Amino acid sequence: MLLIRCPWCGDRDEVEFRYGGQADVAYPTDPHELDDTEWGNFLFVRANPMGALTERWVHTAGCRRWFSVVRDTATNEMTPDIPQRRESR
Amino acid sequence: MVVDGHTSPAPDRLWRNPEPKSNYDVVIVGAGGHGLATAYYLARNHGVTDIAVLERGWLAGGNMARNTTIIRSNYLLDASAALYDHALRLWEELPEELDHEFQFSQCGVLNLAHTEQEARDARRRAFANELNGVDAEWLTPDEIAEVCPILDTSPRLRYPVLGATYQRRAGVAKHDLVAWALARKCDEMGVDFIQNCEVTGFVTAGDRVTGVHTNRGTIGAGRVGLAAAGRTSVLTDTLGISLPLQSHPLQAMASEILEPVHPCVVMSNHVHVYTSQAHKGELVLGAGIDTHNGYAQRGSVHVIENQLAAAVELFPIFGRAHLLRTWAGTVDVTPDASPIIGPTPYENLFVNCGWGTGGFKATPGAGWVFAHTIATGAPHPLNEPYGMERFTSGALIDEHGAAAVAH
Ligand SMILES: Cc1cc2nc3c(=O)[nH]c(=O)nc-3n(C[C@H](O)[C@H](O)[C@H](O)COP(=O)(O)OP(=O)(O)OC[C@H]3O[C@@H](n4cnc5c(N)ncnc54)[C@H](O)[C@@H]3O)c2cc1C
Ligand SMILES: [Zn+2]
Repeated sequence: MLLIRCPWCGDRDEVEFRYGGQADVAYPTDPHELDDTEWGNFLFVRANPMGALTERWVHTAGCRRWFSVVRDTATNEMTPDIPQRRESR
Repeated sequence: MVVDGHTSPAPDRLWRNPEPKSNYDVVIVGAGGHGLATAYYLARNHGVTDIAVLERGWLAGGNMARNTTIIRSNYLLDASAALYDHALRLWEELPEELDHEFQFSQCGVLNLAHTEQEARDARRRAFANELNGVDAEWLTPDEIAEVCPILDTSPRLRYPVLGATYQRRAGVAKHDLVAWALARKCDEMGVDFIQNCEVTGFVTAGDRVTGVHTNRGTIGAGRVGLAAAGRTSVLTDTLGISLPLQSHPLQAMASEILEPVHPCVVMSNHVHVYTSQAHKGELVLGAGIDTHNGYAQRGSVHVIENQLAAAVELFPIFGRAHLLRTWAGTVDVTPDASPIIGPTPYENLFVNCGWGTGGFKATPGAGWVFAHTIATGAPHPLNEPYGMERFTSGALIDEHGAAAVAH
């Protein structure tokens, strides 16, 4: 069970959150320029490191806001992504 | 030699532990069930025996040692039905062929439906199975009660059992014994198993891989086959190959040893648990992956709580059973819940990965087609649709629903 720090609500149990996968996956700036391989990579390929992964979580059972953390996928150690409040709106 | 676990003495050793040679025709990374079966069929079907199977831990100590041993072939789509039923047919002949008892038991698998839509989808899958020559039946709650009397088929459940598909040829096998049986035969045919040998990277020359770096030195290779399950993309990342894999914890658990009460395998997608009873008597239970990526071989407790709640609801008789052990593996999941088996951009490097939560059942079939791919350099017709190019062409094999567990 992960203890996840919501930037707004503090430390909460994992069951209050949903996982959103790798962070910072930007939509292609010029989609028409992408060939099939690039589209395939954009749609289907995400980082899968053994080690630090910057990822998205949403505090579904709390403030319902999205935020990013850096988690070590081998040890589950989590640190807030910096700047952690950029999603605030 | 047929080993009777109660009376026969264990053989001295089932395989040697040789020092690695400097070079092999074929290097297979990972001595899980798939690596073992691949080596076996490379030797048996293709006469390739100069093989090293490199294993970072101990032989078959990865997901092979951690799975819930369910074997079935009732997949919806044609490509999947063909691949998994090929495997099931091999399971049916392997105990005799390997001359080693591994408690392959065709006790049957029930896949429950709890909503009207699930019932329609399940019947559609059963019809598709029949068209593909895969045995399948649709059972009503009364018929289910005859097959599995301990299951609560009354309407009082929050999610009553509306029906189930039933595959009689499906069942379970004792995973460790399968691995040992394969390893013994491979060893007899000259295959080297190198344990405690972690592959950390590759030696390349142009578009070829010429060897692998390991913690026991560099080993040259004519061809390399990856059967490293959850850690595959850690290896392919070093070559700049982008595989659409996400590695997740998947947990299972076992109860104390009980009288034989559970006659078959029961799987439920909707309340999400699957159960069987091991030969020794433990109830074996599993469910889905943890949502987040993880290599820790350790999952979250709430996942266990949910599947136990589902199990106790479906099987009131389990209410007082004690849970003895829980454990986790690291499974590699693809976006279409189907494996990737085929060539890579490196001419002599081949991958077998992405089996996610369901690759044990495929063990002999996966080994068969992967051996063919490695030996001939081209996929077998059964794994042709499973190449990594499907993520570019869009010809996905989307088995999320029919895999019968939510990946
Ligand atoms: C809890 C759980 C329940 C499951 N239940 C079922 C089920 O009921 N039915 C079913 O069909 N499937 C099930 N599965 C899935 C099944 O276990 C896997 O799909 C299957 O084992 C994968 O193939 P494999 O045997 O090659 O994997 P593994 O046994 O994991 O083999 C891969 C091997 O590669 C080794 N390795 C990894 N990286 C390296 C490296 N760099 N160098 C050297 N060696 C390396 C690992 O140590 C490991 O031994 C389950 C899995 C889990 C975790
Ligand atoms: Zn919050």
